[in-house]
Amino acid sequence: MDPVTELISMVVSAGTALLLPALGEIYAERSGVLNLGVEGMMALGAVTAFYLTYLTKEPFLGLIVAALAGVSLAFIHAFISISIRSNQVVSGLALSMLGVGLSSLIGKSLIGVPLKYTISRFEVPLLKDIPIIGGFFVQNALTYASYFIVVLLWFILFKTKIGVYVRMVGENPRAADTAGVNVPVIRYACTLLGGALAGLGGAYLSICYTPAWIEGMTAGQGWIALALVIFSAWNPLYAIVGSYLFGGVRVLQYRLQPYGFSPPLLQTLPYVSTIAVLIVFSSGRLRRRLGAPSALGKPYYRGEKT
Amino acid sequence: MIKVEERREPSLIVKIATKIVAVLLALGISATIFISYGIDPIYAFSIMFSKSLTLYGLSEVVTKFIPLELCGVGLIVAFKSGMWNIGAEGQLLIGAIMATWVALFLDIPDFTRLPLILTLSMVGGITWALIPAFLKAKLEVNEVIVTLMMNYIASFLVNYLVYGPWKGSKEWGFPYTDKFPESAWLPAIPGTRIHWPTLLIASVVAFTVFFIMFKTTLGFEMRVCGQSRRVAEYSGMNYTKALMVSMAISGALAGLAGAGEVCGIHRRLRYASAISSGYGYSGIIVAWLSGLHPIASLLSAFFIAFLLAGGDILQVSLGLSSGVVSVFNGAILFSLLISEFFGRYRLRWK
Amino acid sequence: MLVKMVGITKIFPNVVANDSVNFELKHGEIHGLLGENGAGKTTLMNILYGVYKPDKGEIYIEGRPVHIKSPKDAISLGIGMVPQFPELVENMTVAENLAPLFPEKVLGKKRINEIRRIAEEYGLPIDAEAMVYDLSLGERQRVEVLKALIRGVKILILDEPTTVLTPNEVNLLFKAVRKMRGEGKGIIFVSHKLPEVLELTDRVTILRKGKVVATLNTKEASEEELVKLMVGRMVLRKYAKGKTILGEEVLRVENLHVLNDKGGLAVKGLSFSVRKGEIFGIAGVSGNGQKELVEALTGFRRVEKGRIIIGGSELTSHLQFRRIASHIPDDRVGMGILPSLSVLENLVLTSYRRFSKFGLLKFNELEQYANSLIYKYSIIAPSLKAPAWQLSGGNLARLILARETSTECSLIVAVHPTFGLDVASTEETWKLLLELRRKAAVLLVSEDLEEVLQLSDRIGVMYKGEFIDVLDSEEADVEKIGLMMGGVRVD
Repeated sequence: MDPVTELISMVVSAGTALLLPALGEIYAERSGVLNLGVEGMMALGAVTAFYLTYLTKEPFLGLIVAALAGVSLAFIHAFISISIRSNQVVSGLALSMLGVGLSSLIGKSLIGVPLKYTISRFEVPLLKDIPIIGGFFVQNALTYASYFIVVLLWFILFKTKIGVYVRMVGENPRAADTAGVNVPVIRYACTLLGGALAGLGGAYLSICYTPAWIEGMTAGQGWIALALVIFSAWNPLYAIVGSYLFGGVRVLQYRLQPYGFSPPLLQTLPYVSTIAVLIVFSSGRLRRRLGAPSALGKPYYRGEKT
Repeated sequence: MIKVEERREPSLIVKIATKIVAVLLALGISATIFISYGIDPIYAFSIMFSKSLTLYGLSEVVTKFIPLELCGVGLIVAFKSGMWNIGAEGQLLIGAIMATWVALFLDIPDFTRLPLILTLSMVGGITWALIPAFLKAKLEVNEVIVTLMMNYIASFLVNYLVYGPWKGSKEWGFPYTDKFPESAWLPAIPGTRIHWPTLLIASVVAFTVFFIMFKTTLGFEMRVCGQSRRVAEYSGMNYTKALMVSMAISGALAGLAGAGEVCGIHRRLRYASAISSGYGYSGIIVAWLSGLHPIASLLSAFFIAFLLAGGDILQVSLGLSSGVVSVFNGAILFSLLISEFFGRYRLRWK
Repeated sequence: MLVKMVGITKIFPNVVANDSVNFELKHGEIHGLLGENGAGKTTLMNILYGVYKPDKGEIYIEGRPVHIKSPKDAISLGIGMVPQFPELVENMTVAENLAPLFPEKVLGKKRINEIRRIAEEYGLPIDAEAMVYDLSLGERQRVEVLKALIRGVKILILDEPTTVLTPNEVNLLFKAVRKMRGEGKGIIFVSHKLPEVLELTDRVTILRKGKVVATLNTKEASEEELVKLMVGRMVLRKYAKGKTILGEEVLRVENLHVLNDKGGLAVKGLSFSVRKGEIFGIAGVSGNGQKELVEALTGFRRVEKGRIIIGGSELTSHLQFRRIASHIPDDRVGMGILPSLSVLENLVLTSYRRFSKFGLLKFNELEQYANSLIYKYSIIAPSLKAPAWQLSGGNLARLILARETSTECSLIVAVHPTFGLDVASTEETWKLLLELRRKAAVLLVSEDLEEVLQLSDRIGVMYKGEFIDVLDSEEADVEKIGLMMGGVRVD
């Protein structure tokens, strides 16, 4: 495989870990819930996937358990944010700390344990030989799945009635409520979806990408995924671009060192660009088309007059 | 039928009770986690207590108290003014960077070094905090995300400097700078790591902040702005100014904490997670646990310091990973949320 | 009978909003609902639409008794409401906003065309693929009407619909409404605009202070008669206002144009002045631009065209306003006080700067001042340190009054200062304001007709952003003002 194609395949591999949680968070935020707990959900997903796979020798079981782990943390966050209407920022932060901490505790005994049963790659014949694009076709099953998930989630969000409900609830929950849309149910569903995908993202890291358990497995990728959501203007299609971009930075940071790019400075790129994007999106017209959902982070009280 | 009624505003007793309940709840959550590990929670807590109550143990608690109090009380100012400053961690690191710069790279008379360090570390923290403040005031950009992002930028900045241009000339290959000259050291109480000048500042600052918030016009304006922009502007207050000043105070104190860590403990700049293992984030917990009251922050900072030091002890004694500290932090924040809910609402039988 | 509401009573903590109201709507009828603000029209309609539940009374739809527990119930019974201010999602297209009304999962061309078709059928054309934030207020209202039509409502409630419309759009709306009547639908037209009610409706019900005063055939009614019914016979114990000496001009407004939130003109070329020694009252039903006028005067809303001059200098910001004028807001809890702060802090909320030196608050002087205010204005509070939310509504009003009238400013802007107050407190407030005008210029903006008549030396009646007329108080009486508030020019 020529170096460019190989590069692409590495970038896509790395990006998948960011893409999955970002997609989930896009849905959560589109429905108005800010979930800062993505890092914790990823971490918990990573460790549960690894542990289950190690125990049962079935990587797909590991994936399912990881998704469930993400969902359970997300459920707590949803309950606090939607039903109790408490502080979403603090709840998300707390769950991140809990998730990361738990994952570290559980994972301690798993360090150095070899995992023989991973989801391995398979290469799509013929397609893999196309120069450049071939890089997309030498991935593992989860990455291939992510291609479909992106398109599916984009389609649902922008072309179906459910997607309209999700966006309505995030933009103007009062209007949605008067139109008969069940605001809490939609928000719960999107938050839980976010948790599941975050868990899957973590599982991807521990059983597909680096089939091994490292202390600090997620290494802040959950926060990058959060930044990614903003960078991709809450649009699943743009999220692909962003996740491969940010994933690429991770992959390339050491490769570029001989050219004079210091790895830590490169690592700031996702964060700096997110701030830049936030600033650009805050101007009037752009804010409406590309900015955050208007009701993001605000709890909804039925019957409250502003 | 159980009806949930909103309490208009909880009395002081209720407020204190919710904090205590939160602490107990957090200990309960931690205990559960220990049990699921096969660890006897009573045993774990007793180790924490006994080892902390030694002279060395207490000194470690005090050492952790310093940055926690500084960050925490600064965050109280920010939160009370309505600014969600999640960026104390980054502001701390920038303060550390500024301190390092003065310590190693400025050619100035020795006796000016420490004062300049303290001043410039505050300036660094202020600058780092004013950026999100400005973005919020003028462009309505969400300060939670910006401060969060800037934490990461700051930590990567530290790492860049420490692996790159500021790498120690005398220490080969290690990710830290040269040791600071003694004129840049904050003196420690012998036998401990407690850098007492910053301890003094941390203790006094709680009262200073209390004074500012409750006895000056500025504090009055900040408190009103933090509750309602509408009422603040109705009263002729400058909302933007209040926000910026509150963030400046918060950033300055966090920056000072950074200087304390780097000049009082490490005496050099190291990679980011070695300088601060989350003091900025734990500071949020300190602020919340104190009910946003500056004097109470002394208590809550001490308690959190105790927990953090205890976590370190458990890591060593029981072989737990560093995750145990995160779990404590997360459990407390979480419990604060839950108990706050019960403090705010009353359950009535109808 | 399409709708029959019998004996509807609704009581809120301070007020009886509806008192044994009987209301009927026939098939194929446009029925007007008329009354001042606070008369109970909105409450009654909210009960019909399921937002509130009545404390007493029954509702019958086509003869069947119903319990309407939520808007969803109302919708399923065929009741639709077009709110005064459209509740749409700005960041989505019209079609997407209407999507919940259609059964299918994917939004297709077929439905978009159908939306267009229905809109044109009723003479209210709309571009289904336009983003809502690009639409004018009138067009947004059309979307709300469309919502109801697509749902196939039999009963349509229009809540003050013409507030946001241009004259041409009003015509289009009326045509559409008449078409709906022709189809046998029942329409309730809630309004305070007399000419429109007379033009459009078949019957009209007048509410006053929560009770039904009359239900008439519109053909048999005249504007004067309607106004008489709306405001009733007011026995005004005229206060001895006392003579004052008119001083210099304090407030001057020249050709003021102010935009509302959605980009339309709320204030259209208003000019007036107020001098020391007089109270200038602005009467009018809310929604005619008063809110935007006050916001512009206090420096919170941009002036599009024209000038505001206070004390000789042009107004540039709200900070500047505070230095030279005081403001008694109608929104007490949301703006005038901070409930979580102490009584003391609220008492000095706008005057604390006078008691500070080098930024430090001089608490002794503050407390002295606060205590003197409490004494002078009989504010009942547990203590200076008690949080303000413990005060009753009346005492809160007194607090704000005390604070704002002790500032020694030359201009006082009072917006509905006696809203929600009992009779005694209201009279106290009036006496105070009358006294105050000796030292200052007072601008009174109020929907309370009696208040404006009692206090003002001169009265301007605001309608659709302009003064329909400005009178001296001697020339003014209840019916004249009432008519003008309803949009009728009286010569």
